[in-house]
Amino acid sequence: MAIAGSRKSSGITNHVLVAIIVILWTVPTFGLFVSSLRDKDQLSVSGWWTALTTTESNNTGRAPPPSEQVERDGSFVLAGNLFAEGGSGTVVSFGTRVQNPNEFQAGQTGDIGDGVSLTVNADGSFEMVSPVAFEGSRGQRIFYRAGMPPRFTLDNYREVLASAGIGQSFVNSLTVTIPATIIPILIAAYAAYALAWMKFPGRALLLSLVVGLLVVPLQMSLIPLLKLYNDIGTLFGVDAKTYVGIWIAHTGFGLPLAIYLLRNYIAGLPREIMESARIDGASDFDIFVRIVLPLSLPALASFSIFQFLWVWNDLRVAIVFLGAQNDQLVLTARLVNLLGSRGSNWEILTASAFITILVPLVVFLSLQRFLIRGLLAGSVKG
Amino acid sequence: MTSVELSQVKKSFGTVDVIKGVDLAIKDGEFVVFVGPSGCGKSTLLRLIAGLEDITAGTLKIGGEVVNEVPPSKRGIAMVFQSYALYPHMSVYNNMAFGMKLAKASKDEIDKRVKAAADILQLTPYLHRLPRALSGGQRQRVAIGRAICRNPEVFLFDEPLSNLDAALRVATRIEIAKLHESMPDTTMIYVTHDQVEAMTLADRIVVLNAGRIEQVGSPMDLYLHPDNLFVARFMGSPAMNTVPCTIDSGGGTPVVTPLGGKPVGVEIDIPDSARGQKGTFGVRPEDLTLTDAGNAIFTGTIQIVEKLGEVTLIYVDCGTANEPVLAKLDGIANLKKGETVHLGAPTRALHVFDAEGKAYRRRD
Repeated sequence: MAIAGSRKSSGITNHVLVAIIVILWTVPTFGLFVSSLRDKDQLSVSGWWTALTTTESNNTGRAPPPSEQVERDGSFVLAGNLFAEGGSGTVVSFGTRVQNPNEFQAGQTGDIGDGVSLTVNADGSFEMVSPVAFEGSRGQRIFYRAGMPPRFTLDNYREVLASAGIGQSFVNSLTVTIPATIIPILIAAYAAYALAWMKFPGRALLLSLVVGLLVVPLQMSLIPLLKLYNDIGTLFGVDAKTYVGIWIAHTGFGLPLAIYLLRNYIAGLPREIMESARIDGASDFDIFVRIVLPLSLPALASFSIFQFLWVWNDLRVAIVFLGAQNDQLVLTARLVNLLGSRGSNWEILTASAFITILVPLVVFLSLQRFLIRGLLAGSVKG
Repeated sequence: MTSVELSQVKKSFGTVDVIKGVDLAIKDGEFVVFVGPSGCGKSTLLRLIAGLEDITAGTLKIGGEVVNEVPPSKRGIAMVFQSYALYPHMSVYNNMAFGMKLAKASKDEIDKRVKAAADILQLTPYLHRLPRALSGGQRQRVAIGRAICRNPEVFLFDEPLSNLDAALRVATRIEIAKLHESMPDTTMIYVTHDQVEAMTLADRIVVLNAGRIEQVGSPMDLYLHPDNLFVARFMGSPAMNTVPCTIDSGGGTPVVTPLGGKPVGVEIDIPDSARGQKGTFGVRPEDLTLTDAGNAIFTGTIQIVEKLGEVTLIYVDCGTANEPVLAKLDGIANLKKGETVHLGAPTRALHVFDAEGKAYRRRD
């Protein structure tokens, strides 16, 4: 009973923890997504959680000049619509002083001095009535508070993809990420099999070397690597900043962890399966291709996710190994640029950021089915 | 020619000698079972024959050829593992066809052989299932089928029934026996720690202990004429009662006195020169019966009674060193703890071993 009880309580703890993690992750992502779809005017004045409610903002309109006044029933009238020159929504309140746009409620008739009365309706239409003729050349300014209905648009994405260069950077990022994920996985899988199942002198030493390389900080090795790469590049007459360079760099930084993880997984495969295959006449290569690779799919998939995300989100290696011109600027670097040049344009930043996280999301969701356990079920005693 | 010959085969892992020089000749078509306690090297010996481990010293011949350096796939062997070792991502069909595909056999040939093997083992309805969708017994049958498909000259089994439950074990054991009958030319080597498997399947049993062969012989041979104390105690269940004894006389009418028992005449060739020496007296629990005080070898009080229905086991304290004497009585014996009983045995059922544990030859 005690065991059952503790298991139950740990189950609840697990559920709560998972719920917290899900909320922590989902809420900002969702907020980012909603923000990126909102109208840029609304985005700048209210938070994403108000996206479905009417946004209120203070605006200024101007009555027509006195020259347009009409005489009616012995009074002089200036009429118009506050939304005539653009804008939409409903007027909540209005006034004639900038300090107090809430002086009168919409629909009310307010006395604004000199016997002049002003009526502004919710739809923006207004009427100024005066017993004497209006004078002067400019119209009266009207300050009002208007509520805007929620508005969602794809304009932000259109702008970002077309003019902000995110589209090109998206392609650049993919150009970096896909080979930089596949190359290390391929190399690591071979190495992991050899380190796990092939007997050769120095195997333990090699493995400890790999483990040692796990802890080499990237910051320390980045510049020496670049220098080395450039020197070798110069020797062969290759450009300093190329995609091949960053592929090699990412491969190098990813390999220790990849080999280490895959070796541990592959070493855990049942020995009898390999022996059985050897009796069946399989060479090491046959065993690797026909048995170890298919059985290691979960490990390969999880490492690909890690490597993909790490490369996709990487900024340091990219700015060191790639140039700043349009055809080499990756998404992360582009975002940094945008933060500097258009830091106040929230609609651009949110849309760009969402495009940036879209790919990792797709990668994770499409590969996560490989992460399920139990691929080995049925091979050995069950 | 598919005999298997081992001469002075040794295997060490680092400084640990696991197999300490084994000589064994297995004849064409013979069913040989290796038995022994855990860690005696029986599985290692099988793996040496399979080629999964390198032989440290000595020679191994299969079919008259030295195969020390020949890779497993070229030795004409097939092996069935305790853990089945099926390829989990392949269907039953592909599991059985894997070896032939690697050997680049034709599609028709593969199909024919897989279907034939599936037929023998009643696996035909499951050919397109994955191993995980099969029961333990079916998985082991697939493993056996995979071995059959290799058309081996030597069949190796490494404790193939250990993972099965009791009922399946019996059924699969009988299937293996049938398999051996249907493949009379195929030599089979079978490792087990289960005596029943060894007794029922084997043409000859090899008893191993600490990397050495203790005795090789037919099952009845080992049971009736164990060479030494180890084999005597290892074969048979429950194990033989062994009690220190003094040899009172040898020659024509040998008599021994077991510790805690009365002098008893035995039908064993004990040389006269052994008179007065210490030895070990052995009697199997199933040979002991209740008798009167005059015919008894041992007399003592019952410590434990175990009623199994078919037989009743009684543990009797007869003052024989540490262990009580165990008797296996037919049927349900109406005995209670604390009762005094007299145990006797036919004189031709007794065993006597010399001070080194070597058996004196019993007369038949």
